[in-house]
Parts: sequence; C-alpha cells; structure tokens
Amino acid sequence: MSTAVATPPPPAGAPLTKKVLTADHPTWCPGCGDFAVLASFYRVLEKLQYPHEKIVTFAGIGCSSRFPYFVNTHGGHFIHGRALPFAAGISLGGDDLHVFVFGGDGDGFSIGGNHLTHTARKNVRITYVIMDNSVYGLTKKQTSPTSPIGFKSKTDPWGALDQPINPMRTLLNSGATFVARSHATQVNHMTEMMLRAARHDGFSVVEILSECVEFFEGAFDAAIPRKGGHWVLIDEKKNDGSPEDAARHDVSDELAAFQLAGQAWPGKFGVFYENKTRRTKNALEAELIAKTREKTKGATDLALLQATFAKLR
Amino acid sequence: MVSPNPPETSGGASASAAPRSIKDVVIRLAGNSQDGIQAIGGFLARLAGRSDQDVMTYMTIPSTISGGPSIFQVRMGTGDILSAGDRADMLVAFYQHSYDAHIGSLRPGGVLLYDADHVKPVEGDHRFTNVACPITTGTIEAVGGTAKDKGKNIYVLGLIARIFDLEVAKLTQLIRERFGGKNEDIVRNALLAFDAGYAWPQNNLRDLFYRFEAIDRATAVSGRPQVTLDGNSAIAYGFLAAGVRHGAGYPITPWSSIMETLRTELPKYGGVFVQCEDEIASISTALGFSYTGNVAITGSAGPGLSLKMEALSWATMAEMPIVVVNVQRGGPSTGMPTNVEQSDLMQAIYGSHGDTPRVVLAPKNVEDCFYLAMEAVRIARAYSTPVLLLTDQALSSRIEAFDEPDLKALMVPPGPDRTERPADFKPYPLDRQTRHAPAGTRIASGKYPVVTGLEHDEFGHPTGSPKLHAQMNAKRREKIKALAATLPAPELSGDASGEALIVTWGSNYGPAREALERIRAAGVSAGHLHIRHVHPLPPGLDEVLARYRKVVVAELNDEGVYGFGQFATLLRARYALPSIVSTCKTDGLTFKVSELVAGVARHLGNATLESLVSQARPSPLATR
Ligand SMILES: Cc1ncc(C[n+]2csc(CCOP(=O)(O)OP(=O)(O)O)c2C)c(N)n1
Ligand code: SF4
Ligand SMILES: [Mg+2]
Repeated sequence: MSTAVATPPPPAGAPLTKKVLTADHPTWCPGCGDFAVLASFYRVLEKLQYPHEKIVTFAGIGCSSRFPYFVNTHGGHFIHGRALPFAAGISLGGDDLHVFVFGGDGDGFSIGGNHLTHTARKNVRITYVIMDNSVYGLTKKQTSPTSPIGFKSKTDPWGALDQPINPMRTLLNSGATFVARSHATQVNHMTEMMLRAARHDGFSVVEILSECVEFFEGAFDAAIPRKGGHWVLIDEKKNDGSPEDAARHDVSDELAAFQLAGQAWPGKFGVFYENKTRRTKNALEAELIAKTREKTKGATDLALLQATFAKLR
Repeated sequence: MVSPNPPETSGGASASAAPRSIKDVVIRLAGNSQDGIQAIGGFLARLAGRSDQDVMTYMTIPSTISGGPSIFQVRMGTGDILSAGDRADMLVAFYQHSYDAHIGSLRPGGVLLYDADHVKPVEGDHRFTNVACPITTGTIEAVGGTAKDKGKNIYVLGLIARIFDLEVAKLTQLIRERFGGKNEDIVRNALLAFDAGYAWPQNNLRDLFYRFEAIDRATAVSGRPQVTLDGNSAIAYGFLAAGVRHGAGYPITPWSSIMETLRTELPKYGGVFVQCEDEIASISTALGFSYTGNVAITGSAGPGLSLKMEALSWATMAEMPIVVVNVQRGGPSTGMPTNVEQSDLMQAIYGSHGDTPRVVLAPKNVEDCFYLAMEAVRIARAYSTPVLLLTDQALSSRIEAFDEPDLKALMVPPGPDRTERPADFKPYPLDRQTRHAPAGTRIASGKYPVVTGLEHDEFGHPTGSPKLHAQMNAKRREKIKALAATLPAPELSGDASGEALIVTWGSNYGPAREALERIRAAGVSAGHLHIRHVHPLPPGLDEVLARYRKVVVAELNDEGVYGFGQFATLLRARYALPSIVSTCKTDGLTFKVSELVAGVARHLGNATLESLVSQARPSPLATR
C-alpha cells in the first residue's frame, strides 16, 4: 500500500513540473516501454501548463491502463475497454477539462473497439494514447488484436493464426480527426505527437508502439535503428511552394493517409491525418443548447418545467 | 340523424329517462392502431384531469410497427381510481376482429357499442346491452369531403361524452388544443365529427345515460390543478426537477421514451443527453458525467440492464453516484417486450459481480414515478451510490391524473460543487461518507484523487491488503444500512393485524388496494403493505409481518424453483417467516383485482372468499 507523500502543496498557479505531476511509482516491469510514454507525458503537460485541476488522466484496464495512478492529476481507472465512453462523459460534462485517456491494444481495439469507433465518429474532445505492445500484458501473454500472425502466445502456442488489425486504418476509418503514430524509444517524437494531439480540437489519437519486454520482446525492433531497424518519419507538406513539397504528405488528405497506413511493416511514423474542419460534439451540443435557449428566451429551469406541466393540465 | 340500424335498446323514441348515477366506468376501445383510439383515451384522461373525476388508462401497443389491432382502456370515475379495472363496462368495437377478441372482457350487463358498418355480433347473445351505431358512415356524413372515415375516433368521443354526460366545453377545448397547431380544416372536421357523435344518442338511445356521482369536495384538498401523463414522462420530469442535466442511453422498449424526452428537453436546461452505441457505453458515459459532479442517469429494460452490470459494480466500488432506470418487460431475453413483468428484481439488487450493496426503488403509480425519480437522485447524491429505479411496462405507458407537483418547493438546483477541497481531502475516507471532488476541483494539498475500481486505500491507491478490503466492503455496506435506517415506514392499509397481509411492490399497488377492500368486505381481516424502497428495506417490517397469519407477496414473476417469487424469496431470507407465501403470475398483464383476491383466498383456504371471486359482478351500467 502506498500513501500520499507529505510534500508541501504547490502555491496556486505554480508551474506544473514533473515533480508536481509525479504520483505513485509505476508498477511496470523494468524496461517496459510504458515508462517512456509516461516520461513524455510529463513533458507534454509541462509544455501545456493547463491549470492543474483541469487535467484528467483516465484509463481502462491493462498494464498500460495503470497510467492514471502515476500521474498526479484528477483521474480514474475504469473497467476494461470502456474508458472512452466514460471520458466522453467527462469531456461533455466539463467542457473546460483536458481529458487524456491511456490504454492498451486489447483495451482499445478488442473489447473497446466499438467504443473507439463511436467516440471517434462523434469527435468528442479527448486525447487518446494507445500503448500498443501487440500482446496482452497484464493477463500475461495472450494474443492481442495487433499480434502479428505467427506470434507465439499462451492462447496460440503454435503461433497466432488470425489476421491482426491495422491500427492506422482502423483509426482513420473510425472518423478520428487526428491520427498519429509514434514509438516509445523516440521520446522527442512521442512528446511532439502527444502535444499536437492535445492541441487538436477534437478526438485525437496517438498510437505508440511500446514494447512489452516481459511477453513480446523485440516486437518493434524493425523500427529501432540501433537494432538494425528503420525509423522513417512522415515527410509532412510544408506548403512552401517548393517543387519537392508536391511529393510530401498532406495531413488533411484522408486518402493519402490510408495509403500511408497500407505501407509494409514497420511503416512510417508521424501525423497520418488531421481534420481541422469537422466540429466537435462538444461544440455541436453547446450550439444546440444556445439555439434552444434562444427560443425559450433564457427562461429559468423552474419556469420551463412549470410550462411543461401546464401543458399537461 | 336516424340510424339505419336502430339499436336494440331503442324504441326509436328520444332520450327521456334521467341519467343514472355511477361511481366509475371502465371503457375499452378496440380497433386498429391507425384509428387513433389512443387519442380518445388521451382526451378522456385529460378531461378527467381537468374535471372532478379520477382516471387511469391501460394500453397495449401492437407489436407490429403500424396498423394492426390495438386497444386502449380507460377507467374514470369519482374518488380514487386505483387500477385500470379487471373487465370493461363498455366495449367500443370498431371491427369484427375487435369484437371477437374483446367481447370476453365485457362484464355481464355491460354495454357493447359497435360500428354497425363493420361488426356483426353473435345473434341471441343477451348478456350485454348491444348498441349498433353506424360509426363509419356517421363520421363520413358528418365530415364529408375526402377525409373518408378519418375522425371516427372523435365521433366515438362524442358518443361517449353524451352517454356519460361529460363536459362538452372542456372536451371541445381539448380538441382545439390538440389540433389547433394544424390547419383550421382539421379542427373543424374534428369538431364536426364530435358533434355528430354527440348528437346520435339523443334520438337513438332511450335509457343509456349516466352521470358520475358528485365528488366529495372535502377530500379534494391540494388546490393544485391536475395533470395527466404517463409514467415514463413522469420519470423524465422527475429527473429534471431533481437537477439532473446529463444522461446517456441506448433505445429499447419500453425505456426509449424516457431518453427521447430527456434528449428533447435537456438542451432547454443547458444539459446534454447522449445516445450511445450500446448500454455499456451509456452507463460509462453517465458515470463520466457523474464524475464531473453532474449526477447523471441512464436506463434500459432488462436486456440492457444486464449489459450495465459490470459498470454498476464499478460504481459501487468507486462510490460514484448514478441513477439507472429499468423499465421491466417480459423476460428472459427479448421475451415479451411489450408486456409487463417484475422479473428483474434480483438482477437489480444482486445482478453484478462482487459484493455490491446498492439501492433499488420501485414506483407504485404514475405520480410516484415523478417523486421516486427525484428520491433516486437525492439518494445517489447523498450516499454517493448507484440507485436503480425499477419501473415496468404498464407504468411506462399508462396515463393517470394527479395533483401537479409543487415545483417551486421541489426543484433542486443542478451543477457540480467545485469549491476547493481542504488539504486533508480523501476520496475514500473510512470514517466518513465519500464525497468526490469532481474533476475541475482544486485540492489544497495539490494531491489529486484517482477514482478506481481496484480495491483501494482512503486516497484511492490500489491495495492488496485483506484488512482494507474488509474495511472498505464494510464501508460500502454500512452506508446503505445507514440509508435504510432513515427510510419511512411503508404504507400499510386495512387491518393492522389479522388473517392476511398482502405485500406488493411496484405497479401492483392499485389492484392490491382494491383487492384488500373486497377481501375485507367479505369479512376477512386483512392488510396491505406496499413497499417502494425495495432495497434496502425500511426498518420495522419484521414486526408488521408477524401480525398476520399469512403474508401473501403478490408479484409479476415466476414462482421459481422453490415456489416463491423474487421479492417473496428476499423477504423469507430477510425475516425467516414461514408465513410468507407467494402469488405470482407471468401472463404479461397487470394483476386483476380478482386474481389477487383468489390468491389470498387460496393461501387462507377460505372457500367463501374463493367463491366470491367466481361470482360474476354485474356492470354498474346494467339496465336491470
Ligand atoms: C471484462 C474483463 N475481461 C477481461 C479482463 C482481463 N484483462 C485485463 S487487462 C486485459 C488485456 C490487457 O491487454 P492490453 O489492453 O493490450 O493492455 P496491456 O496490459 O498489454 O498494456 C484483459 C484481458 C478484465 N479485466 N475485464
Ligand atoms: S508485462 Fe509487459 S506491458 Fe506489462 S509492465 Fe511488464 S513489460 Fe510492461
Ligand atoms: Mg497490450
């Protein structure tokens, strides 16, 4: 059992530092990729400097989903796969809040797959970080929806048979308005991706390949140069009118994003897609309220309900 | 207008006899769903609400999407109307199939009013007073033009208004209000149909005229106007009054109309209702709202409640307030989705994994739907707990009139409490009630809480400590016991001790109260105990139950493997009284008064009481 450490409270409005943001010591295995994701997240919050009490860190269930215990913000640890609809309630219930959801590949693409699609299509203002280790970590090495064919797990001792999902395609298809991909060994890149995701007005997702050293060692070596792999970034369009710009990736081009998503393993990293025009559910609901209240001329709640009952006489 | 088919009771003479006085009447309207018979019922209910009469309706929604047979039953009269009535005093049959299917529901001496253009009653059946009225041609002649027989329902409303001496000015006002927004022709046609229907009995019926007994003014006390609405609307408005501004749901009969109402109403109040992808997402989103300090609601029927069970366990563990409505229907599985049943009680109380003490409330009638919805929200907030509101299909759709709630006194302000929490704030204190700091709230210590489904210490940190698990289990249990200690004694009617105590929960309240009156009129000492706070139970019941020889628990579910219904099983486990027995049924319909009398008679072994049930009680409309 860990207890809150008696440190003097920071004065109101004091800058958010890693020290302030640090909570329980992570329970992850030494060497787990998730440590780096956590470290990057501290840096993201340090850069964003949101009011401390307005940040919410939320998760489902899994090794990666333990995240909220390690971040000193309002937060919660919900049930397996359902963190996104919960977070939608947080975001729509408190429009001034900055809602971050963390979770694993099983949590997000398997048990929570349908919630991912629907939270994305609604474009609820949430930043979602999927820590993909291509295995079920917490439950100790079963096949996950991103496990490659042939991966030997406890549920497929002879090697996984089922076609894995393509996370980028799945996310693009779901209607997410910001889709990016990063790697837990690339702290600066990860930080940049999460930062851009947080600043995106809408449902933003970053999939981070984060190695489970315990149950799927070497899963993402193909993208680690010092292990002989290739770390290739997406070359984003700069709109500088230069001839080479024509060949660069336009993040607002959904079709181009799908093409990128179809590239052979390990593929490219960076922002695949960003849609800045689709309105968020937060904004649409707020507009619906404003329009409705215009019609009722700002009547009080009491007057509104009294009028409803008067019609039932 | 002269009828081409003079009714059997009419000698062709005009109405002469003075109207006979009746206390109440049950009218069953049987036709097809597109005939607008629901509308007639609605008009009568609204009229009763605006008059001295009390009213209760009962309706079956056809299982086909549109068209197809449909009925609406309305009971109106002087004094308290407790149930929709076992059998009809008047059957209005629009078609032959309506007549065939429903003639059996008419009491001996009752009135069969049928459309002579469509129905041929069995010849030589003298049990009823048959009235042949050319409803279709009468309507066509009155309205003319291209409307064909549209307006038959309003024609019938006119007939009923004349026969029962209803207030024409108020009815025509209701017609104007209802059709007023549409084009003027529609109002004019409706009024033409009404007038034609109203005029017909004058020359065609001799002595079928009635008038409701005058109300005893001393009993009409509130001074507030009456409102007429269905149970689902009452729940939705109860939530609004309770300060609920957030909710989430997924459609399912018979819950959908609550979410539809809230989706439509909430924006006016600055609130949000989210239609989710399924019931799991719905409860998750609602819990997310509650976490921001906006106590939220979700709901469903039995199948959807099953999907919410894992998240409900989380709500108990994380001590997150939420209200979950379950509009019960026939189960298991898709079962009988448009019929009533009370078979989700165990699921509501115990359906989740782990030890999940939580609160279950069940409204007794439409009015109670409003007040218990408010009560559910109050308890959820005060005890930071999930609360289930267990209503049913019958309550969801039936219309009752009741005193308009005193909204000025009742309204609860919405909104989260984001005042800064002191440095010693703990989300899960062992010595105090949990009061979460909603996201967005500053904590003076700078240490922010985690709400969690893992067993935790007082700060919300995960723990594997067996001692803490036991302590936290006790905390979650004791707060529900603390609530129980504050609950009011349930309503006990009739004799304070005696042969039998009828125990009911939910919508069985009305029929049981009527059954009690009949049982006591037969000389049997009996009481009726109705329980609205189903779990936890109010204190002091052991002492009440012990005062009767038999405790007959009447509920709409199966008697189970051991011969006891779900609530009876709980009461037997709780009070260990062998006198507790069950009267159960699962025919998809509400209890008839006679079925309850029979149930009690059987358990008492009282032959006199039993024979009482089999005696056919003539209709008060009988012409002798
Ligand atoms: C309803 C439910 N089913 C199953 C589980 C067991 N479970 C916990 S985490 C998990 C999968 C974890 O995999 P992933 O989401 O990829 O997270 P990781 O541990 O790999 O970070 C499973 C199956 C559960 N907690 N709840
Ligand atoms: S099991 Fe794998 S994912 Fe879980 S903490 Fe250990 S290394 Fe990380
Ligand atoms: Mg995983």
